Amino acid sequence: MRGRRWLGWAAGVLLAAAVVPLLGRVGLSPVSLLETGLLAMTPLALAAVGECLNEKAGLVNIGLEAIFLITATAGVWFAELGRSGYVGLLGGMMAGALLGLGLGAVSVYGRADQIIAGIGLNVFALGFVPFLLISLWAFPGVHVFPNELMVPRLRTPIGQVSPVTLGAVAAAVLAHLLLHRTVLGFRIRAAGERPEAVDVAGLRVDRLRLLTATVGGALAGLGGAFLPLSWFGALVKEISAGRGFIALACVVFAGLEPLMALGAALLFGLADGFASAVAVTPGVKERVPFYFVSMIPYALTLAVVAAVIGRRRFPSTVGRPYVRK
Amino acid sequence: MRIPRGLRPLAESLAAVFLGFMAGGVLVWAFGHSPLAVYRALLVGAFGSREDLLETLAFATPLLLTALTFAVGVRAGLFNIGAEGQVYLGAVGAAFVAGSLPLPPGVHLLMATLAGMTAGALWALVPAVLKAWRGVHEVISTIMCNWIALYLSMYLAIHFLAEPGRAERTIPALPTARYPVLSEESTLTAVLFVAVGFALLVYAVLWGTRMGYELRLAGENPDAARYAGVRPERVVVLSLAIGGTAAGLAGASQVIGRPPAWSLYATLGNVATLGFDGIGVALVGRNHPLGAVLAAILFGALTQGGRLMEYEVGVLSELVRALNGIVVFAMAVPELWNLVRGRLIR
Repeated sequence: MRGRRWLGWAAGVLLAAAVVPLLGRVGLSPVSLLETGLLAMTPLALAAVGECLNEKAGLVNIGLEAIFLITATAGVWFAELGRSGYVGLLGGMMAGALLGLGLGAVSVYGRADQIIAGIGLNVFALGFVPFLLISLWAFPGVHVFPNELMVPRLRTPIGQVSPVTLGAVAAAVLAHLLLHRTVLGFRIRAAGERPEAVDVAGLRVDRLRLLTATVGGALAGLGGAFLPLSWFGALVKEISAGRGFIALACVVFAGLEPLMALGAALLFGLADGFASAVAVTPGVKERVPFYFVSMIPYALTLAVVAAVIGRRRFPSTVGRPYVRK
Repeated sequence: MRIPRGLRPLAESLAAVFLGFMAGGVLVWAFGHSPLAVYRALLVGAFGSREDLLETLAFATPLLLTALTFAVGVRAGLFNIGAEGQVYLGAVGAAFVAGSLPLPPGVHLLMATLAGMTAGALWALVPAVLKAWRGVHEVISTIMCNWIALYLSMYLAIHFLAEPGRAERTIPALPTARYPVLSEESTLTAVLFVAVGFALLVYAVLWGTRMGYELRLAGENPDAARYAGVRPERVVVLSLAIGGTAAGLAGASQVIGRPPAWSLYATLGNVATLGFDGIGVALVGRNHPLGAVLAAILFGALTQGGRLMEYEVGVLSELVRALNGIVVFAMAVPELWNLVRGRLIR
């Protein structure tokens, strides 16, 4: 399994190396590709890292898509309220934490079917977000907020980078250290693998799981608020466009390891950046139908999950409620 | 309060729907509308007159089919949330045969219907094959397939099927490929009977054949199924194919069974979200084909009533979809029911 994963990585790197010169020939600049790639990576990485923690502790949250949608809206609302993009990011994070905590509580105490609860959350967001958009701003489907609310990007040698992107990288490193270098991380992993042992040791399985669900929700919420406030500059009702599920694919791809999830998010981010770049490049955009370019991230997700992952072992209790005997 | 065992599923569904309505009421109240006015408009809009009632049934028809997609998946132990994409391709398949192949009456209608069902089933085979042979989780693969289907269907609709001079929709179905309208007052057509017939067929297959028994066994107890020699790959392919056929028929029903356009919009506006809405319908119908019929009428009523709600109270009809989500959420929580019952006993 391990060998396969490295094979996948090697193939990815080779592919990227082959694509860059080709891009130059049709007039795409590698810097702008990397810029878009990093932007697209950020929400995926944040949500995927949070979900790695969550699944390590034994819960599954397939409602990430809904959290993206709702926190993108909440983020803009908070940003307008506090007249600052940073306030918006914080607000989105809080909203995400609440949603994560709510879903966690329903899973832990309500013994919910976590997949169905997640589907419910996603269906809810599909209707709730358009309703919210029109209730808050009396305009259907789209809301353009003042430009000064955008979180400014930092100038770096590899182009303009959002501070949130740096936050996503930091989150991945911290999550890795937490899981593998701290007692709390050991307990989180134990809550996913042997909840009864954690219970016998006098620790609270429920609290550990609620903690990871909340942290996971908060990270996804930061990713959701990032979408309008640091990337698109506007809010549309389908702003997440399946990214919540691509983040889940990153989690599966990464085998629940936060650093691997960061890498997977970068891969998908670059594919997304490539798609957006192709869609606007003169000479290419006339020849390749926009519809096929738009498919790239989704088709790539499907191909990667099918080719590289196959069956993978997850914590023994993932998705199953822990019932004290 | 004691509830007979047989009625428990019904009571649980009603409790979840009730909870959804309560939460929806809080939601509209929070944004300054009157929940009473909202629900009055919903009720009147859905059942207020004969034409409203027929329109409710017209909305229920595709929901019944997409509910079957999810229900058959769950019966086999799978979460097929790919009805959405399967609906799109079903609509494209039906639009192609109905709009551009001149065939004799009767045959044309049949072929267009079958084209929609086949296209839906073929699209469902992608996640089925990935699941059966590569172990790819169907929740991820079906969602990715939904997005790919969205762009593929838009592309096909615009580049191959567009009506000349009217790029916003496909060529309308020829009159020989249209289901007869049942009443001048509404958009309900005879496709309703096809949908109900399909639900009965699925019921007969699941509870009356060896194949259906294997499918249900695999969903209820995978270990026992393996001991009994049921091949999991077969179950995966079979359940997704049945589901895809149902979703494809749902897509076809909106093209050749729904006036006035008799075509697929390039934005997919007349088929979008049918797949997701079906999930709630399936869960409220307890993943049973006959339960799905009743639940589809309920949600069809919400959709139809939602139009009057939007017009009269000014609350966006998408709220109905939010209600649907809350209901699904409530259906996921078994302890909720125990909680409610505990309160009632005390």
